[in-house]
Amino acid sequence: MRIPILKLKEYLLVSVQIELDDQTALQFQEDILNKIHEEGSRGVVIDLTSVDFIDSFIAKVLGDVVDMSNLMGAKVVLTGIQPAVAITLVDMGILMHGVPTALDLEQGLEKLQLELEG
Amino acid sequence: MSQTCVEVRSEWSIVAARQAGRAVAKEIGFGSVDQARITTAISELARNIYLYAKVGEICIEKVVDANKVGVKVSASDDGPGIKDLRRVMEDGYTTSGGLGAGLPGVKRLMDEFFIDSKEGEGTKIHAVKWLR
Repeated sequence: MRIPILKLKEYLLVSVQIELDDQTALQFQEDILNKIHEEGSRGVVIDLTSVDFIDSFIAKVLGDVVDMSNLMGAKVVLTGIQPAVAITLVDMGILMHGVPTALDLEQGLEKLQLELEG
Repeated sequence: MSQTCVEVRSEWSIVAARQAGRAVAKEIGFGSVDQARITTAISELARNIYLYAKVGEICIEKVVDANKVGVKVSASDDGPGIKDLRRVMEDGYTTSGGLGAGLPGVKRLMDEFFIDSKEGEGTKIHAVKWLR
């Protein structure tokens, strides 16, 4: 299964709406980096509103996507993390330090704009 | 209610195990936060089986004790076992390149946690979450 990645001007938008198995998560990691490269994107918003749990594997994949994109010169913002997901991650001791987040897609885009202009 | 068991032998069975767990948790009446905790715990246990033992089983059942109900998750395999139980329960300890959050995470997500492992014989874990 592939997660669709949409292009909006210099940004990429992703809304994760399926249950992430390991293979899909790794494929997604590769797809997003390739898409950044192809499109010359400067920022990416990954919206997790429909994701109802994140385990340590998916947390690692998401954190790695942020680091890898940074290396390429694109900023990633994770948006829409659900209360249950935030609680579970902190329970697990996974704090995702250094990962930019925002409440929703709109604020995520604003955050990217501010960072890229500033 | 009877026990639901999922044989773990592929990445797909990790998904099957956590979906089964979420269904049972929902049926028992757990809220969305505890459903996420239980689902995450099952995912960690199933992935450990897949990563280290290759084959094993996750079973999920409703448990009743005096005046409380809960869900019990059991993970068992005949894999290589765990050499140093104390170390695997430390945050950040990993031999797979992961975050090292798995087993200590499961212990914190659930209310009760038991682990029994013998090198060369396999690992048995069970964890219970009580409905509050």
